[in-house]
Amino acid sequence: MIQFKLNGKPRSFDGDSSMPLLWYVRDIAGLTGTKFGCGMGLCGACTVHRNGQAVRSCSTPMSTVAGQEIVTIEAIAGPDKLHPVQIAWIENSVPQCGYCQSGQIMQAVALLAETPQPTDEQIENAMAGNICRCGTYQRIRAAIKQAAGVKV
Amino acid sequence: MNASIENVSRRGFLKNVLSAGAFVIAVRYLPDIAFADEVARSVIDTTPLHPSVYVGLETDGTVYIVAHRSEMGTSSRTSLPMILADELDADWSRVKIIQAIGDPRYGSQDTDGSKSVRDFFNPLREGGAAARLMLIRAAAQQWGVSPDECTTGLHQVIHAPSGRKADYGQLVAAAAKQPVPTKSEVKFKPRSQWRYVGKGENPYDLRDYCTGKSRFGLDAKVDGMVYAAIAHPPVLGGTVKSLDDKPALAVTGVQQTITIDTFKPPCHFQPLGGVAVLADNTWSAFQGRKQLKIEWDNGANAIYNSEEFKRQLQETARKPGKVWRNQGDVDKEFASDAKIIEADYYIPHLAHASMEPPMALADVRGDRVEVWTSTQNPQAVQESIASELKIPKENIICHVTLLGGGFGRKSKPDNAVEAAVLSRKAGKPVKVVWSREDDIQFDYYHTVSAAHMKAAIDAKGRPSAWLQRVVYPSIGSTFQAGAEYASAGEMQQGWTDIPYDLPNLRVENGPAPAHVRIGWFRSVANIYQAFAVQTFTDELAANANADRIQYILELIGPGRRIDFKAMGVEYPNYGGSLADYPVDTGRMRIVIEQVAEKSGWGKEKSGHGVGYGFAMHRSFLTYVACVVKAEVNADGDIAIPQVNYVVDAGLVVNPDRTKSQFEGAAVFGTSIARYGEITAKHGAIEQSNFHNYQVTRLPEAPRRTNVYIIENDAPPAGVGEPGVPPFVPAFCNAIYAATGKRVRELPLSKMDFSKSAKS
Repeated sequence: MIQFKLNGKPRSFDGDSSMPLLWYVRDIAGLTGTKFGCGMGLCGACTVHRNGQAVRSCSTPMSTVAGQEIVTIEAIAGPDKLHPVQIAWIENSVPQCGYCQSGQIMQAVALLAETPQPTDEQIENAMAGNICRCGTYQRIRAAIKQAAGVKV
Repeated sequence: MNASIENVSRRGFLKNVLSAGAFVIAVRYLPDIAFADEVARSVIDTTPLHPSVYVGLETDGTVYIVAHRSEMGTSSRTSLPMILADELDADWSRVKIIQAIGDPRYGSQDTDGSKSVRDFFNPLREGGAAARLMLIRAAAQQWGVSPDECTTGLHQVIHAPSGRKADYGQLVAAAAKQPVPTKSEVKFKPRSQWRYVGKGENPYDLRDYCTGKSRFGLDAKVDGMVYAAIAHPPVLGGTVKSLDDKPALAVTGVQQTITIDTFKPPCHFQPLGGVAVLADNTWSAFQGRKQLKIEWDNGANAIYNSEEFKRQLQETARKPGKVWRNQGDVDKEFASDAKIIEADYYIPHLAHASMEPPMALADVRGDRVEVWTSTQNPQAVQESIASELKIPKENIICHVTLLGGGFGRKSKPDNAVEAAVLSRKAGKPVKVVWSREDDIQFDYYHTVSAAHMKAAIDAKGRPSAWLQRVVYPSIGSTFQAGAEYASAGEMQQGWTDIPYDLPNLRVENGPAPAHVRIGWFRSVANIYQAFAVQTFTDELAANANADRIQYILELIGPGRRIDFKAMGVEYPNYGGSLADYPVDTGRMRIVIEQVAEKSGWGKEKSGHGVGYGFAMHRSFLTYVACVVKAEVNADGDIAIPQVNYVVDAGLVVNPDRTKSQFEGAAVFGTSIARYGEITAKHGAIEQSNFHNYQVTRLPEAPRRTNVYIIENDAPPAGVGEPGVPPFVPAFCNAIYAATGKRVRELPLSKMDFSKSAKS
């Protein structure tokens, strides 16, 4: 039995412990804000926070989440509240199709938690693992800077 | 959910009145699905009043507008309702958007070809204007005044002489009793009074996108649903020779396996065939699939090897082909003493790789089907399932979810047919999930192409004769087995419409067989056809040592409308009439001149690792000029600090969303240029995921893309696709300007630019 916290609530899981966290979150917990993109940790669509760090849930086996705190896009702000990164995303009208944006936002939130005023290079390094096929990168960059209070 | 299927016949629409007083002119059906919301349920497709199938008003004044096209990132789900809301003088904050099911009464729902706005601008205005007139007449009747004295303000009817005002909500019940206005009675608002069109709104789903609440196809869920992963035949047309599914059935969560028949050519939207593993969750289905022991009969397409095929295409491109346009006599000029310049261009197959892989959830009950899928074309879902299951298409309800990207892939509903086939056999709802590997290895690929270009050069360095010949497996092969020549629809895309004013010109196309499924891909044939024409033009300008922009302006010549009829050229013009949407070289000149100005063209000299490249292209009825700045360092790394686009798309409904389409097009074009390559070996695709089919990531995307929209009164044209075709040659021309290395084949990842920065 694997015990952990998902969005602040205790959870337990006794299925296949090699199952990636992504499929637990989506198919079992029913939280669909976290997306499937590649299954190999190559695109970042499935990004969640594990103890505050951005991780690829598609490559995180359930066996490794025991005792950990997992947070998904649904819980980065309070109910009906927005995280400053989400506000910046909305104000820059970042999304096109929207599919990758949960992962982008989770990555950006983790970046700013660790590096409140990132340089261009730090933004590039942090966000390089998150693919947006629609090509919203210019606005992602702008939104991160806005959320960080950096002059664009 | 299941009971609701019975209510969905066309006749059933009238029975579903929930709010008796509602003035509802919407076509709408709301099933009991996991993400139907309660508010939207009060609007039902019912009423004798049908001034438009796109709009309905509730007694509280809520305006429901049907989004009948698919949302895949272009904001059509926002921009189309905006057009209607504008004519209705509706308060945007009181508008709720309802996604349509597949239904031919909406007209085409096939969300491709960059034509949502242009095809539905007027029908949507008519819908809004008709509803507004009915509200005005209802108010006038209540007040005992002439409707001519009444106007509308924001969400209200106003009688200025008496100062009376009424909110739309108060008028809904009375308006519902008004006769539907005829088309000639309906008057549009003057442009000066537009509230939303030309100004724009944020995407309707913006907040949901940013909070994880938006629902894509992959998020669809119904009770009793199982998950399916399919082992497809590795080679197109392959079949299962033998199967041992015992190890798969032993995997935790796996319920059963089902063999799917391989399609009979042409492949169309039929399932590829293979073996499906049905399981309790996606992971178990994937794990089970890995354990299948299948021996395949690969069939005739196992001969397909990309390396060899490339040589064949290039050989064909050097032989005379089918002539699509011919002016003067190029052969005579080529036989003269004139200098001859020739070049060959090549672009490999590409995969769409939308971030949400293809999926579909189907529930088949007897001869009724309900399907949820992220499709660009719900009516094709209905038709394809109907054809496969041999049931009437009216029995199929197709719910359209948000699409996690589409780019043309999701116009082809083969995965929805798979889900229906599996649900019928399993007797329960089945969600088919394609992995990224499925997506990349079993796509309807952007075709592979080779072009041969030849010009005779006069004393001034200008072409006195121009021959262009392109060869590629046609999209037609997907629908007609053995089709080897391009269609007029492909040839129109920057090939038969080459806009240069040349005395001797011949436009040709040679034959090529298809060994994989070929399909539409954002911008389609424009990609390789613009690449050949716009790179070759740059080569000729370089040969003449001329300024690129001046050179192309001279080739285009004075402003005129190209007369295809006089040339005997079949030119479909993307389905638009040539009267409304001429090929107007005057508009080309304007975007070119503007992009020179906006980009500061000529201010910084190219060379020493910094280069400016230019290209111009008309596609989807839109004129685009593009300047790309490229920087190449000593290691051969290429950066794109700036892109400038000037766009003439006629009337632009949503400027910010239009800009975002061009920003995205530059990134999409960067992926094509830098990495785009799908190859086959013995008929099987060699790439499988984002490690070996790379797409552009943030650090290597254009750093800054500026989009300048020309304001004019021309009818609206496309914006989703036209940004891609000119970007690719402009980028490659910039690399040439920076390094002196000419790019004739993509992707760039196969070329070495190290130490070339200073050449």
